This record gives sequence, C-alpha cells and structure tokens, in this order.
Amino acid sequence: MKYEIVIGLETHVELATESKIFCSCGGHSNQEGPNTCVCPACCGMPGMLPVMNKRAVELAVMAGTMLNCQINKYTTFDKKSYYYPDLPCAYQITQWFHPICTNGCVEVKTASGSRKIGIKQIHMEEDAGKLVHDDWTDTSLVDFNRTSVPLIEIVSRPDFRSKEEVVAYLEMLKSTFRFAGISECEEGAMRCDVNISVRPEGSTELGVRTEIKNMSSLVSISRAIEYETARHIDAIERNTEVLVQETRRWDDIKGRTFSMRNKETAADYRYFPDPNLMPIVIDDEWFESIKAKMPMMAEEKAKIYVEQGISEEDARDLTSERKLCELLDKVAELGTSPKTVAAWILTDCAGILRKNGKVIGELSIKPQKLFDIISMVEKGTITRGAGKKVLAAVIEKDVEPEQYCRENALDAQTDSGLIASIVKKVIEQNQNAVKDYLGGKTKAFQALFGACMKELKGNGDPAVIRAELEKELAGKQ
Amino acid sequence: MSNYITEIDQKCEIAVDDTILIKDVECTAGSRILGGFVPLFDAEAVERIKKAGYGIKGKTNVGEFGLDIIGETSYYGEAQENGNLIGAAADEVKNRKVKAALCVDLNGAPRRAAAVSGQTFIKPTYGTVSRYGVIPCACSGEQIGVMSDSSENTKKFLTIIAGRDDKDGTSLKNDSYDYESKTELSEMNICLIKELLDAADEKVAARIRSVVNFLEKSGAKTEYISVPEVRYAQAAWQILLAAETCNNISRYDGVKFGYRTPDYKDIDELYIKSRTEGLGILSKETLIYGSDVLSKGRYDVCYDKALRVRRVVMDKMKDVFGKYDAVLIPAGSTFEYKKYPLDKAFENVYKESLFTAVSSITGMPAIVSCGVQLVADHLNESKLFEIASKLDLSEVEK
Ligand SMILES: [Zn+2]
Repeated sequence: MKYEIVIGLETHVELATESKIFCSCGGHSNQEGPNTCVCPACCGMPGMLPVMNKRAVELAVMAGTMLNCQINKYTTFDKKSYYYPDLPCAYQITQWFHPICTNGCVEVKTASGSRKIGIKQIHMEEDAGKLVHDDWTDTSLVDFNRTSVPLIEIVSRPDFRSKEEVVAYLEMLKSTFRFAGISECEEGAMRCDVNISVRPEGSTELGVRTEIKNMSSLVSISRAIEYETARHIDAIERNTEVLVQETRRWDDIKGRTFSMRNKETAADYRYFPDPNLMPIVIDDEWFESIKAKMPMMAEEKAKIYVEQGISEEDARDLTSERKLCELLDKVAELGTSPKTVAAWILTDCAGILRKNGKVIGELSIKPQKLFDIISMVEKGTITRGAGKKVLAAVIEKDVEPEQYCRENALDAQTDSGLIASIVKKVIEQNQNAVKDYLGGKTKAFQALFGACMKELKGNGDPAVIRAELEKELAGKQ
Repeated sequence: MSNYITEIDQKCEIAVDDTILIKDVECTAGSRILGGFVPLFDAEAVERIKKAGYGIKGKTNVGEFGLDIIGETSYYGEAQENGNLIGAAADEVKNRKVKAALCVDLNGAPRRAAAVSGQTFIKPTYGTVSRYGVIPCACSGEQIGVMSDSSENTKKFLTIIAGRDDKDGTSLKNDSYDYESKTELSEMNICLIKELLDAADEKVAARIRSVVNFLEKSGAKTEYISVPEVRYAQAAWQILLAAETCNNISRYDGVKFGYRTPDYKDIDELYIKSRTEGLGILSKETLIYGSDVLSKGRYDVCYDKALRVRRVVMDKMKDVFGKYDAVLIPAGSTFEYKKYPLDKAFENVYKESLFTAVSSITGMPAIVSCGVQLVADHLNESKLFEIASKLDLSEVEK
C-alpha cells in the first residue's frame, strides 16, 4: 500500500533584538559564560515587572507580514505555568488567547513542484534557560542567559507531505529571516517541533500523531522524519507496535526516536492573561511605520541585481546575506557599477576570506575602502594584482588603502622610460621567445609580457608595458 | 513580638511593610519560604520616599504575602493589642513611632488594620503607585498605599510616591497627582451600600451612623442604595486573587533564594519539601484554589467568568459614581479581630473580603478614616481626602 505522510511544524525563532523581551539584558543567548547576561527580572526575582520590548513586537509583525499573515491589531500576553528548573518564575510569558499573527501561507518549492503551506499562527514568547549537566559532580547546573530572549513560534498547518518540503520550508524561513534581520538564525536560534502522522494514500482521516520535540539541525529533522515515517508504517502494516499519541525525542547518535515520559504532554499549563502586561494595540500608524522599515525580500532584491547586469547566480549568492547587499549598494552608490562591485565581493573578498578559513558571511569591510580600491584599479593607479593585495590588507588589518599602496610601493609603474629599459632587458634575455613571436607564435608575446611584469614586481602599468613591448618587437621584424 | 522583621534605623520616621523591597535588607513577606531573601534593589516607592529626604525605620511584619485579615498568618508572629489583631504597621503609626507606613493592599489587610486602630489608610487608584519592588501576588489589584495618623499626612506621603514609572507596565501616564480638593464636602452626594451595612456588627453600624450624622450636618447628602453586585465582586476577586497568587508564588521552590529544606533526595523532593515546610496554610489553600480555577475545564466557568464579573462590577460602580461622589461602607465586619485557628483562615479571610473586594477588583481608590471606608471613582482621591480631612476634625470616634 502507498502511504501519505502528514506533517505540521512548530518552529521557534529567536528574534534579533538588542535586548531581551521583558528586561534590558542583551538579547543574545550566546554569551561569554553562564549567567553573564542576567538581571533580577530574567532570574525571576520577585518585585521585578515585565516591560515589553517594542522592537520584538515589530520584528514579529515583519515576520507575519512576510509569511502573509493577518496582523492582529489587538494582541495580549498570557502566563503558562509549569515547574522546570530552567524556568525561574515557574511560568513562561507567551501568547495563548490572542496571538499577534494568524492565518498566513507560504509557497514551498521542491524538486517535485511548488505547494502552499498554511500558517495557523505566529505568537511571541520568552525563551527558557538552559540546564547543563556536570558529569564530574553529577549535578545539573542552570544557565539563565537564554531566559527571556524573545522568540516567535510559527505554527504551520499539517500541510507538509514530505521531508523535502519540510527542509525547503525551514531553509526558506532561515534565509528570509536572516535577510530581513528578523533573526540571526545562528546555530540553535531556530528550533523545531515536528508533528507527524501517516495514512493510506487517498484517506481523509488522520493517523495517530506523534510529536518529535526540539530539533535544530535540518539533517536531524530530515532523518527523524524518515525514521518516524518508517516506524509508523511498520506499526500499521506489521503490527510491530501500537502507535499512541505522544511526544518523542530524536537521538542523533542512535538514529532513532524515543518516547519521552508522558508527564509533559499530560501537563495542564493553566494559561491565563498576564495582568502585568497591558494588551498591545497595533494601530494603522504603527503598522505602516513597521512596514516602511521592512527590508526588501531577498527575491525582489535579486531581481533588481539581475536587471543591473549581475548574473543570476551571483545575485542569488549576494542575497543570501543581507550584509553583502548593503555593502554592494553602498559601494555602488559611491560611483561604481554594481556588476564590478559584485565581482570584487564574490571573487576577491570571498577568495581572501577562504584563504583565512572564513566564509563570505564573515566579511567586514568599510564600503568607502572597497570603493577606493576599485577606483584606484579602474583609474590604473594600481594594477588589479596590487588591488587584491591592498584588499587583503584591508580585510585582514583594516589598513588605509592609499597609504598602504604608497608605503608598499604598489603604485603602478607608468614611467615609460623605466618600462622601456626593462622591456629591452627582457628581450635581450629571452631571444628564443622573441624568435617564436617573430615566427608567428603570438602566444610568445604573453610570455614576454609576463617576464616584464615580473621584473616590475607586478606593479607595471599593463598598457604601457604592452605598448613598449609592441614597439620594440616591431623594430626587430 | 517586635513589629519589625528588620530594623534599619531607629531615628527614621517611615515604616515599610515587609512585602516591599529595600535593597540589601532581607524581605520575608511574612513567609518562611522567603526567609533570607535579600533583594538587589529598592522598590520605586521606597526610592521616592528616600529622595524626598525621609529615612526608613524598618520592615514591618505582615501576614504571609499580605493575604490574611490583619497579619495573623505571619510566620514570624502577629501584632496584637489587648488580645485583638492590629497589624504591625498600624501599631507603629498609632503609637507615633513613625510618621507613616507604606503597606501593600491586595486583599484589604491594611484597610482593616487602619479601621481597628483608628488610623488613616489610603489605597489609591490602581496604577498610580508603581508596583516595582512589591512581592507580587494579586498583580491585577494590589497597590501600595499609605498609613498615617491623619488624612493630611496620608495625602502628603501619597503625593511623594505616586506617579508614572516606566518599570511598571501598568503604571498610569500621569507623572504626578494633585490631591487638593476641588469639591467641598458640603456639595457632595454620598451613598451607602445596604448589603454591606447589613453584614457588619453593631459597633461598626453605630460608627457608620455617627459618620452619616456628621456628613449630613456638614451639608453633604447621604442616601442608602442597594448594590447586589458586591457579592459577585467578593467571589470574583477571590478567584482572581487566588489564581494570580498561585502563579506568582510558584517561583518559590527552594532552589534560587529563600528557604530550602535541609534534606532531600532529588529535585522533586526538594520542591515538595521546601514548599511544604516553607508555606503556611492560608497560602497553601490559596494555591489549591488558584490552581483549580485555572485548570483545564474550569478556566471558562471560573477564571474567565471572574474577569467578566470584574467588568460587570466596574460598570455598576461607574454608574454609582455617575450619581454619587463617594460610597460609604464598613472596612470590615468588626473592630475586634481575635486570633483564630489558622485552618479557618481561608474561609475567614474570604468573609472579610466582602467589604474590601469592590475597591480591590475595580482598582478604585478607597480610604479608611474614623474606622469607616470611603470609595470613590478612579482618580478621585481628592474627594476621599476632602471627606477624611473633615472627619479628622469631627467629633466622630476614631
Ligand atoms: Zn534580564
């Protein structure tokens, strides 16, 4: 029999705010050491009151807009109660009754085509802390750096039919949110609960649903879906086990899922509206100002680059990182063609970073400096080779391009007298090549040219060398 | 039993209830479970008092989390006078040991304390005094108020602590408040709620009558009206108070601060034993009740309904204040609260909350003066101070 997999996702995304959602601690969960980014509020000390971070609301609205959701004008916060050592107040502030965004949908593209995935809702909430187990003393330690970091939870409808769709959807979320600056989507900043059931193809009834909790790597998610699907089908076809609705945990090393103690699924979270947080009203004026601040989506931006003469592949690479687009736009604005800048970024900058074991996403260069290098090369003040050297020094040590050229004698040699004498010397020393050239082997010209450039340590003005060389060789014919 | 959990400076003139935080001073909230908890910051109200040039004499004892009648559930003992409960802060004010005390009113305890001790206490409009630095229980209704010997002093210190605070999301927008009277007592219409008068004892009823006489003599008009909603207010406030308190005191688990049981074998036992030993019976019953009204299947018929009743009571009282400047009601059923077996606390406190619930659930201001309670519409404290200042000068027994 053929089976259909039915999957729904709950995706938690850490918002890229400067501070936590209800206090002024830095918003990033990846801090120096444990409990270095905490205050009485996010440690759950009595007497502190939550104060709403407006930026988190704005980022949630942006996310909702990008996923074609309805943005609710009236939204409230609720308390969810449960005991766990990583939850300092024994409650989590979340949105249960009136989430900020509802009823969205997105298109997901895979090799087998494009399908619409419904978004049930997006709600905001605070993250919990982390437990660290210390094997040496056999104790669990708690780190509150992550408590109260703002999250959105995107709840999809059970519209996925394959693991490929799930992966495509998550990749799309990642790139969209990264590009829009909604989330850094770093390791662990995007976590997923996967709800999965299996049914005979053509059936309209849903099978028994299991939920695999808290996965962050796409590879694990894909493997977990594969494993869980096979487990469900085995249970249906060969009665290997009785499927029950439950929460399971994925073990990446063993490559299988395990039932979690049913404690958590049976819990009653006793939701109720948080009296300390007034309802948030997103009026038209605020909504419009958020929309005005929203960056262009990556796809639109790529289209514009293609119109500006950048290849489709380069446009895609550039729009994978918002930073690259910002850099390119700023350099182009200073007076270079976008196409030229794109080549410098994707070829030269990327090459230098690669040599240093870094990726293009880590590029950090002041637009003015990149512009200075490009224009020196275009004006012929330095050669392209020298340009690369300056670029490397700028990326690695943030030097001043012009000063660096001067100090390292990188300025192109345009002194035709000097070049003429070198050309004469090279012709002397390479009689065979001269003979070849005169005999019709035009390639020999390139060898002579290279030898001249080498004498000039790569800094010769190519046009002048070429002219001198041609003049000299013409005299020999 | 001393009135103070911690004495800070004998020379100073202001007492602060032990449910309000002072930096580096232990704060117990009358509970064993918070024993040893030393906060890292001052409550906003305390900071304002200090900025105005006053010092804090010490932390006055309160009933556990301030949930009880008049401090009888404190783990650290209770204040009594001639065998009657009086409340530590009220006792200090009455004996002129301090000029004023800051007290958190979440279920009427300081109002009852003021009534039995003949002092003045105001619970201002919800949102006028920052709750930053208050041990949280019933967040949707609790307010810091001022206890002192006269309406004049009460007004003076309320003016100091009231005003917008960005650290409290429920803080109202006004930076400060002008409590000077705009309406003379002689021009006021004051009503009495029959249902509450009927529920009080003869001494309280007699006091109300002598206040009515004085008001009439002063030219104010008085009228008796029926507000059956007061019973709903009592029941609904019980639900909201218990639910919010249950949620807020869940954080005291013996792990991070306060009391921790000496012997435990795992985290579950650490939680259970610390809370079993650390919390008193009234808190425990409040927790059970609060968990129930929020649980699946009960939320709609209990908590959600209570929220809707709050709206109904609010509307009713707005109606009342459309016609009257203030409502005159008892602050409690009696002037003499005896100590009683604490397994009756939950029931006894509920009975007494009948008189205080209207102001607690609506967030409307209430003042206690000469042993009676006056409630006004939101932000109409000036009317309450006007009446109380005249009562201060009257022949009415205090
Ligand atoms: Zn914090």
